[in-house]
Amino acid sequence: MSTLNLLNPSKDNLQSNLYLGSFLVGISLLDVFLNSFLKLNVTSFLPSIISIILPFLLGMFGLHLMRIEFSGIKNLDRLNKNINTNNFNAALTLLIIFLIIKAIPPVMSWMILDANISGDSKDACTGSGACWTYIKVWFKRFMYGMYPNEQIWRVNLAFIFLVVLAFVGFITPQKYRNFLTLYYVVIYPIIAFILIYYLISGGEFGLEWVETGAWGGLSLTFIVSFFSLIFCFPLGMALALGRRTELPIIKYVSVGFIEFWRGVPLITVLFMSSVMFPMFLPEDFFMDKLVRVIIAISLFEAAYVAEVIRGGLQALPRGQYDAAKSLGMGYWKMHIFVILPQALKLVIPGMANTFLALVKDTPLIFVVGLAELAGMLQMAKTNPKWLGYAMEGYVFAAIIFWIICYAMSKYSYNLELKYKTDR
Amino acid sequence: MKLKKILPQLATLFVVVLIFGFFTMNAQLNMENRGIDFGYGFLTQESSFDVQFSLIEYSGSDSYGRAYLVGLLNTLLVSVLGIIICTIIGVIIGIARLSPNYLIRTTAAWYVEFFRNIPLLLQIFFWYYAALRALPLPQDAEAIFGASYLTIKGFYTPSLIWENLDIFIYSVIAAIVAIVFVRIHAKKLRENQGKHLPVLNISIAILFVLPLLTFLFGGVNVGYETPELKQLAKTSFKFEGGLSIPPELLSLVIALSLYTATFVAECVRAGIQGVGKGQREAAASIGLNRKQVLNLIIMPQALRIIIPPTTNQYLNLTKNSSLAAAIAYPDLVLVFAGTALMQTGKAIEIVSITMLTYLTLSLSISFFMNWYNAKIAIVEK
Repeated sequence: MSTLNLLNPSKDNLQSNLYLGSFLVGISLLDVFLNSFLKLNVTSFLPSIISIILPFLLGMFGLHLMRIEFSGIKNLDRLNKNINTNNFNAALTLLIIFLIIKAIPPVMSWMILDANISGDSKDACTGSGACWTYIKVWFKRFMYGMYPNEQIWRVNLAFIFLVVLAFVGFITPQKYRNFLTLYYVVIYPIIAFILIYYLISGGEFGLEWVETGAWGGLSLTFIVSFFSLIFCFPLGMALALGRRTELPIIKYVSVGFIEFWRGVPLITVLFMSSVMFPMFLPEDFFMDKLVRVIIAISLFEAAYVAEVIRGGLQALPRGQYDAAKSLGMGYWKMHIFVILPQALKLVIPGMANTFLALVKDTPLIFVVGLAELAGMLQMAKTNPKWLGYAMEGYVFAAIIFWIICYAMSKYSYNLELKYKTDR
Repeated sequence: MKLKKILPQLATLFVVVLIFGFFTMNAQLNMENRGIDFGYGFLTQESSFDVQFSLIEYSGSDSYGRAYLVGLLNTLLVSVLGIIICTIIGVIIGIARLSPNYLIRTTAAWYVEFFRNIPLLLQIFFWYYAALRALPLPQDAEAIFGASYLTIKGFYTPSLIWENLDIFIYSVIAAIVAIVFVRIHAKKLRENQGKHLPVLNISIAILFVLPLLTFLFGGVNVGYETPELKQLAKTSFKFEGGLSIPPELLSLVIALSLYTATFVAECVRAGIQGVGKGQREAAASIGLNRKQVLNLIIMPQALRIIIPPTTNQYLNLTKNSSLAAAIAYPDLVLVFAGTALMQTGKAIEIVSITMLTYLTLSLSISFFMNWYNAKIAIVEK
């Protein structure tokens, strides 16, 4: 009925173009697939450069033939609209698909197929892939640092308690809801401190004392970010309010504090806490390194929290302030009952981002000699019995951190959506 | 009423003074007890330590002040390289996230989610201790473009050798000045007479022709030196000559720019999305063509949204470059707050100088940004 018009695919020769196009794309994908999964080069009789480019050219021509507007076939239209709008897009599409097909076999074989996990020494790792035995043997160190093995249940118990207590807010009866803020801001931190002090640190009630130098691994990451988070929040709130008052001295002290901490990198703050801060304390006064680090991170993050909260305070309409004042409320009453509840709700996503940054910053404490997860990796990597497995360690740590941070960022995104509709 | 305002301020002042006083008193006592005197005189003393990588001439016989300068320059080098690369990647990824192509959009989104959610320190460690360690030894390295080598000891590439470099640089400066004048003139012509000059073409022509002339008449000449493989011992080889980039710098720049690019990408995306659809339609309806719509309507508004948060990211990159200390790249923190502090023991002086340097850097950029923001802010009537 019609001649095959290859250059201008249109609805008139839909069938033939579609079949030829999908056939060509299929061939090109098949060629790459064979090449990558079975190490089979079907086109090896051609000169090497043509052999490499051929699947790409075939795919491009196939996609070109398939690019028929308003074909009436639902799936084809969707395909064209999403990955095949023009030649440039088609080329990128093909490249991405090829890349994925090419990347799967080496990654799979390194991570799973050729990897080892059995045994408990370096000799067990005979395959060319990853040596997960290394992670298995060092797992307790990566999680708990140098904490004594037989005492690890104390760390676990403390964390289980903390998590359970954190969920109190969800089961509180309506009657006591008003006290939740008090609970989370004052009571919970105190309980947490007591738990960590008596359970993890020990020294009382027949528990063996474990010095903070032995703490480490992922549990230390949690401890440091947890306490910094608790301390930096009230401080940040105070600073945000201080920056917005009309009282000049308080205002400029707050501004100076915030701008100072925001202007310096965390690593110098940590250096300060470890080498400079002891000089500022009385000679016989000893403060644990971990405590100093937590204070330093709290001060540092408080400045960022302050700026986030200030954003929320500024976003509130003036009418809220005026209305509260016209009811005869003073400064504190106005802020506690009218302004802060609304402003804090506005800044939840921003706060979540700041806390996310805090968690991502904690590995830095490694520079002052506290070995959390990244620090333990550095230690394990230089162990003479386990040389040469740096890659496995970093991949493992990256996966753990990625899961934590990704979950947090998704959670904050959901909160953002939830509170967006409220106003 | 007045008391209510003065009292809290006095209390704040009192607390601040008290804390500072307490710290100063302790510091004085501590230093007296340990026999350390306070002062910045050590900056002129001989440092007697070596730095592996330096942009300026430096040896152990130079002063601590010069060691500080070496560290500062190395920090700036990493920051500038990182900023350039992260901008390029960030803009590409940011635009890709808005692509109509589903695969590109998704790939870009996964790039952002992947690199953003892994701590930067871990990424730096990964590139330095795992990825770059997998590179070949110097003797096994294959040449890239015939003359560059990527080895475990770093990246080696031919370096350019200039004759009369200063004349060339002057000509480039002159070209830039000329372009500025051409632009001003073109703007005047457009506003007064409605004539359009092909500014871009003229600018490119000036930028190429003027420096080219210096090769012909100014005595400027450029040669190159390629890295050569030298055998030190039976199994030990080394590249000599050419430009060498140490693996520390390489991994730091890669990690910093890949990480920061995710944030830049988000800024770019938000900026482009932030320009309302109505703007595009309104511009089209008054008869502007596609290029004009992009240049005169979309870009100026999008840039207004993009630039402030992006500068913030550049600032973060500069501050994050201090992580260099973790892989022994000789930046400000490592050279000065590390080695120099260890040798002199002047904790207060050195940490305060280091912090003040970063603070100056940050504050001057944020002052500039505030000024810039105020200048470009849309004046609403």
